[in-house]
Order: sequence, then structure tokens, then C-alpha cells
Amino acid sequence: MSGCGECKACPPKDKTKIKDAEYTIALAGNANVGKSATFNQLTGVDQIIGNWPGKTVERAEGLLQYKGHRIRVIDLPGIYSFSTYSMEELVSRDYIALEHPDAVVNVIDASALERNLFFTIQLMELAPPIMVAVNQIDLAEKKGITVDVEKLAELLGVPVIPTVAIKGKGIPALTDAILDLAQRRPKPPVLRYGKEIEERIEKLVPPLEQLNISYPVRFIAIKLIERDPAMVAIVKEQAPGIVETAERLAAEIEAIHGESVCVVMSAERYQVADRIAAEVITVRARQDGLPKKSLTDRLDQVALHPLLGYLAVFLVIGGLLVWTFVIGARISDVIQSFLSQIEPYEPVITGPVAGILWNGAFSGFIAGVTLVIPFVLPFYLILAIIEDSGYLTRISVMLDRGMHKIGLHGKAVIPLILGYGCNVPACFSCRIMESPKQKLLAAFLVTLIPCTARTVVILGLVGKFVSIWWALALYAFDIVLIIILGRIAFKVVPGESVGLIMEMPDYHVPSASVVVKQTWARTKSLIWFVFPAYIVGSAAIQAFYAVGLLNPVNNILAPVTVFWLGLPVVVGITLIFGIVRKELTILTLAVLFGSTSFAAFLSPVQLIVIALVSMLYIPCISVILVLASEFGWKQALAISVTEIVLAIGVGGIAFRLLSLVI
Amino acid sequence: MAQEQVEEYLETIYDITLQDTSAKTTAIAKCMKVSPASVTEALQNLADKGLVTYEPYRGACLTGEGKKIAETIKRRHRLLEVFLADVLHINRAKVHDEACRMEHTISEDTENALCRMLNAPAHCPHGSPIAPCAKGVGSCSECDAITGSAISLPEELRAATIVPITDLGPDDKGKIAFIRGDCRVVQRLSDLGLTLGTTVSVTRRAPLNGPVEVFVRRTKLAIDHAIAENIFVDASRAALS
Repeated sequence: MSGCGECKACPPKDKTKIKDAEYTIALAGNANVGKSATFNQLTGVDQIIGNWPGKTVERAEGLLQYKGHRIRVIDLPGIYSFSTYSMEELVSRDYIALEHPDAVVNVIDASALERNLFFTIQLMELAPPIMVAVNQIDLAEKKGITVDVEKLAELLGVPVIPTVAIKGKGIPALTDAILDLAQRRPKPPVLRYGKEIEERIEKLVPPLEQLNISYPVRFIAIKLIERDPAMVAIVKEQAPGIVETAERLAAEIEAIHGESVCVVMSAERYQVADRIAAEVITVRARQDGLPKKSLTDRLDQVALHPLLGYLAVFLVIGGLLVWTFVIGARISDVIQSFLSQIEPYEPVITGPVAGILWNGAFSGFIAGVTLVIPFVLPFYLILAIIEDSGYLTRISVMLDRGMHKIGLHGKAVIPLILGYGCNVPACFSCRIMESPKQKLLAAFLVTLIPCTARTVVILGLVGKFVSIWWALALYAFDIVLIIILGRIAFKVVPGESVGLIMEMPDYHVPSASVVVKQTWARTKSLIWFVFPAYIVGSAAIQAFYAVGLLNPVNNILAPVTVFWLGLPVVVGITLIFGIVRKELTILTLAVLFGSTSFAAFLSPVQLIVIALVSMLYIPCISVILVLASEFGWKQALAISVTEIVLAIGVGGIAFRLLSLVI
Repeated sequence: MAQEQVEEYLETIYDITLQDTSAKTTAIAKCMKVSPASVTEALQNLADKGLVTYEPYRGACLTGEGKKIAETIKRRHRLLEVFLADVLHINRAKVHDEACRMEHTISEDTENALCRMLNAPAHCPHGSPIAPCAKGVGSCSECDAITGSAISLPEELRAATIVPITDLGPDDKGKIAFIRGDCRVVQRLSDLGLTLGTTVSVTRRAPLNGPVEVFVRRTKLAIDHAIAENIFVDASRAALS
């Protein structure tokens, strides 16, 4: 048997792929079963995280070296079934069916065997060489659940290995089994459903065998009966008659059960899963008779309490932000003073062109370093810890009701919180929302969240020279604005909103490798998007300066900046620069005034108005690029224009109102 | 205007005015899936019959007589739903539409007989209350005495107590009877283990009608309140034993 590495048929491999691997295997399974931990155990540090080609679905792959073999490991997205046509599900099933990995390892949670086996059964429909890793057997034991692994292997007809991935237990046995499976590539046995279903599958198999479709025949037959849109389209091209037959058979099944055929099939699979689970699980009855409250139950009494729960959310998110900015500011100062010894990074506006450009590029690089390392990295690290512990799902539940008002649901708290770090990964993470409308709404609101760069501006102008309370008031105002705009966008943007359906995993001690990987996955997008934009943009701005566009631009913007917003005319150019990097507004002001004592040049009202406008007026270039890549240019421009108009409108009103107060 | 149509309009206005002071033309049109123009015409017609008071742009309200008809139809509708679901075992997701068509054709006698046979149920299968009859009797046994016959079903036929999962108490369990709603949502729920006949319990409810935490097949799921309201379970002891 040969692996992908030896085959010469494929075009030259993608740069992001691991080369010369002898075998390729895929990890599949539900979310929250320890699939990432298993992946990390198998592959160590050799990981590449990217996207599936042409899809906005994350793809992780790594290299497993074992007994002289090089094995490429693909981590498929964590999903529960192949039936709701989400992008993750399509990517996973197409990968298994069309790319023919040498082995599929299905990681399942020993504590929730029924639901996990439901997915195993669907994987087996795709008929790859497959095995099962029963993970978290230690946690199951604690709950009094024992899984008879040998029996499970016998009933499923595939190898089964017990593991505790987070502690590395069972990993050597798993690796041996993977290698053996990849070398032998056996077909898994077929698990049969009810008679009325099997009879109808049988009717479709012979005609389907005549066709030339890369998916396994039994799988196509089942999917046709389920009216799977993608499969129907594929078969229709070659044999519309079979699709009609399948439709008739589906209607017959619906007549028998009185339920939609998809629901019938789910029930059939669960019946098989329940039967197998019942045979392999032994549940120990508690000796004292009374069910003991688990740690998760006890923590949830606080985390989901109607009053304490909200307090906890406020403390955790607030604490995270405050901690990040207090600690971050210190680290940032240290890095800045260290780097400034190597090279001056204050914007330079005179001298030879090459020097000006170099200075711009270098200061862009510094800006990236002094934002990412002290602020964004610690923020995301701690957020990943909170996420992996299981608490983030509780925040989602507590805030679900509020999110409904703006057309989103609880899961949207993840992108929104990420936004306080950097809007770029936050926009990427909007993928977790189910409907296209909710993805777009979430991304729009994310761009209104003050990221670290904007926080630098708000704290540097308002927090330092007006008062910290005014700075906090800006944050509060921003949240109010998000709610109002969210409400409007919810009404205006067409499309459907889907309600929350989310698994509530037990709390557990976060795994270092999973946390680091998650942090890296998010921070990485900063390096691809933010650093280049910072460097190129900053150099361009310096050039802009050098050719003397400063005054003309300021004069063009004067009607807005001077008359409407009540700001000095020089602020115009800083707002243009801020499009590249939001914190450039404050840096450029310092250069223009030749001082960082802004209070000497600007009134408190002006300071607040500048911070307010900088907070809202446009996503930075990096974010506009991400929006364009995720939603298209039309959407990206629409969001940008909306926010420019909004910021100017709000800024002008704020100027007039604040002048009365302060 | 056909009698059936009149009754449908009165029912819709009744439903809307439970939440609003008056039923706007656009709201009625949306509910009944007809054009606002035909609603306006129908409302004029109903006003002429003295069943509603109607002011253009303000909307319509039921008159005393209109309200009486609407309440009768509602009662018949819900009684029929109980009958179809519990006695005939028609798929619960379908009983609403079925009852919608039948409610206009049955007589008062049939309505009363149904009520007696079903032992004056308090709720329809979807949990909406069934108003008591307008016969002016003190109790159901009095009603039996007057009509001279007690129709009753064997206990096991009426044992089912179907309630939305959101009505379950903290330690109550129920077996999933049916799930209503968007096909994809139903699919997602059944993929996560909420298939028909599965025993579930509600472990926690977030405040302010927030998500409901449901325990099913050894896992906990947080489900949007509006979605959970459409998951109906049989919470009777017979179903769980």
C-alpha cells in the first residue's frame, strides 16, 4: 500500500502541506472530546494551521514520526454529524470520501458514548479504514462509567484503543494501531439499520454502481434518501432517474414513520448507537444512593446564577481587560525603550526618500511588536485558558438573551470579546456563527469594538489628560452604540437568524498544549495581516508626508475636522494615518505637536472627540482586508462607509454636547 | 364571505389582540398570508356584520359577539387537537393544521361530546389553555348528569401529558413526543441526541427566558428558549416507567 508521499499523480504539493509523508491519516470527532489534545500528542510541535482551500474553515495538520515512518495527520473540524450541511461538515466528509486518507481515527468521549457513536456510525457510512480512540476514560471512570473496549471493538468491527490524551495515556498503543491500520487499509463492516430503511438502500445500490461517482455507493444511497442537496446535485447530473426513485423511497419512509426522513435516519443511527452503548457501558450505582453533585454542577450554581452569574461574567471579562492593559502597558514600555536603542522609530518627515521609507517600515514593525507581544498575546492566552476550561460557554449562555436583541446568539460573545484584543482574528472567528446573516452582523459589530490599538489612543488621550472616568465612559458608550447599531443592522440586513444550540462541556483544567495552539491560531492572523499592513502602510504614509501632501489634505478635511468636529486643522492627517494603524493617530499627533503633553494643545473636549472618532471611524486596513476576504469587497466597503459617517456624526454631536458640560 | 373565512379572521384577530390593543391590517395579513387589501375588505365586511369594530389605519377589535365566536372556535380547535393527538395518535406536529380545517365544521354537540370524552382537558397538546365550556354547569359531573351519559376513555389512552420541555420542573423527566420548527433546527437537535422517545430532563434555566440547559444521553446542551418551547415531551409516569 502506498501513501500520498509516493504517488506522483497529484500536482506539486501546496507549500502549506507536509512533504514526503508516507501515510496520511485524519482525526475526526465531536467538539470537546479531546481531539485537539490527541492531535497535539501525536504530532508534537510540527503543526501547520491554515484554511481548507477556498473555504473559511480552519485546517490543522501535523507530522507524526514513528518507527521510521512519516505520517501526515489532518485534524478535521469538530462536528456532530454529516447532515446539516455546514461548511465544516462538507469539508470533513469530502476529505474522507475524496482524498482517501490511509486511516481515520475517530476520537470519542467515553462519558457520552451514545452521541459520539452516532457520529462514528456516520463515519463508517463513508467506509474509510477507521479506528476508534475512546478518550477521557479517566473522567468517565470518575462518573462511574466503565467502557468495555474489547466488546466495543467487536460490535463495531474496528480497532478500539482507550486513551487519556491530555495525560498521554494510551498514545503509544494508539500510534501502533494507526500505523497498522494505515498499512492494511481494511474496509470497515457495514452497520445495518431498520428493515424498512435497508430494503430501500438496497434498491438504490445496483443502479448507483453503474455510475462513476467517487463517494462510496452505500453512502450515496443513504444521502439520496436523506435528500442531501449536495449529493442529489451530483447524482442528478448523471442519472436523474435515480434521484426520482430515491425521492419516492424517502416519501415512503416518511409515510411509515410520520416524520421527516432526516429525522428518521438520525433516530435509526441513534438506535444502533444506543444498542452498542448499552452493551459496552457499565454504570456503577452510587453507594450512598444519592447522586453526588459534580464539580461542574457546583461551579454552574454560581456561573449560571441569575445574579452571581452576571457578576462573574462582568468580573471575568472586565478583569481580563484591565489586567491586559495594566500589565501590557508595562511590557510595551520596556520593549519600546529597548527597540528605540537600535533605531529611532519616531516618524521622520525630512531627509532622503529611502531613509523616510525605511523609517516608516521600521516604525510599522515596532508598532506591531509593541502591540502584539505585550497586549494581544497575553489577552488571547488568558482567553484561551478561559475557553478551554469550559467557562466561555457559560458566558455565552448568560449573555444569549442580550445577543438576541441584536440578531445574534450567545456564541457571538467569542468574536466580540476577541475584538478587544485585535479585530482581525475576531472577524475570522465570526465563522462560528451558523447563518451568513449572523456572521456578517457579528463581524460588523466586532469592528466597532475598541481593539488594543484603539485602547492605546483612548487611554493615551482621554485616560491620561482628561480622566480615567471619561475613558471608561467612552467604553460604556461604545457598548450602547453597538447595541443600537446591532438592533438596526438586525432589521436591515436580510437573511435568517438561528437560535443557540450548544453543548455544555464539563469544566476541566485547561491543557497547556491546546491553549498554546489556540492562542497561536489567533495570533497568527495578526502576523499575516497586521504586520504587512503596518509595515507597508506606515512606509506609504511617510512617503505621503515627504512629498508634501500634509497641508493640502488637512485643508480638504478642514470642513469636517475644524467646523463640524471642532478640532485643530492638523488632526485631519492623523485620521487618515489612523486607517493604517489606529494608534498612529496618537503617534502622529505627538510628532506634529512636537510633544506628548496633549493637554497643552488640545482642550478636554477635543481630546475626547479625537478618541471617540478614532474609536469608531473606520476599521483599519488589516480589518478591511479580512472583511473583504471573508465577506467580499462590497460588504467591506459598506461597513467602512457606514462607520465613517457614524463617527463623523457622533463626533460632531459629542463636540457640541460636551462643550456645554465641560 | 364564507362562514369558515369569517371564523378564521375572528380567530386571527383574537390571537393578535391577546398581545396588542388592536389588530392592525398588516399584522392580520402577515398571520393569514393574504394581501393587506383583502384584509381591509374582509374587515369592512365583518364590521357590517357587527363582529368587529374597525377603523381604517387603527386596526380591528372584536365585538362581544365576535369574541364569543372566536373563543368557541379556539376551544373546538384545541379539543380537536387533543383528540387527534391522544386518541387517534396523529403525529403531533400535524394536529394543528388538521384541527384548523376541522374546527369550522363540527357542531356544538360534537364539541361537548369531545369535551366529556376527553375529560375536559385543560391544555391543548401545545400547552395552550382550553377555556371551560359556556354551558353554565357547575362541574363536569353536573354536565354528565344533565346529558345523562358519561363518555370516558380507558385511562391509558389519556395518560399522555404532553408539555413543552420549558414547562418541566427542575427534577422532572420527559420522553420526547415531537419537535416542531424549522427542519434544520429539528435535524440539528436530533443529531445531538434529541430523537423521538428519548428521555430528557431540564437541568437548568438561564434567567430572563435565556437558554434552557437540557440533559440528554449523558450530555448537557444549552438550547435557545424559543427552540426549547417547541420541544414537546410526554411527562406522564406511564411514559417514563
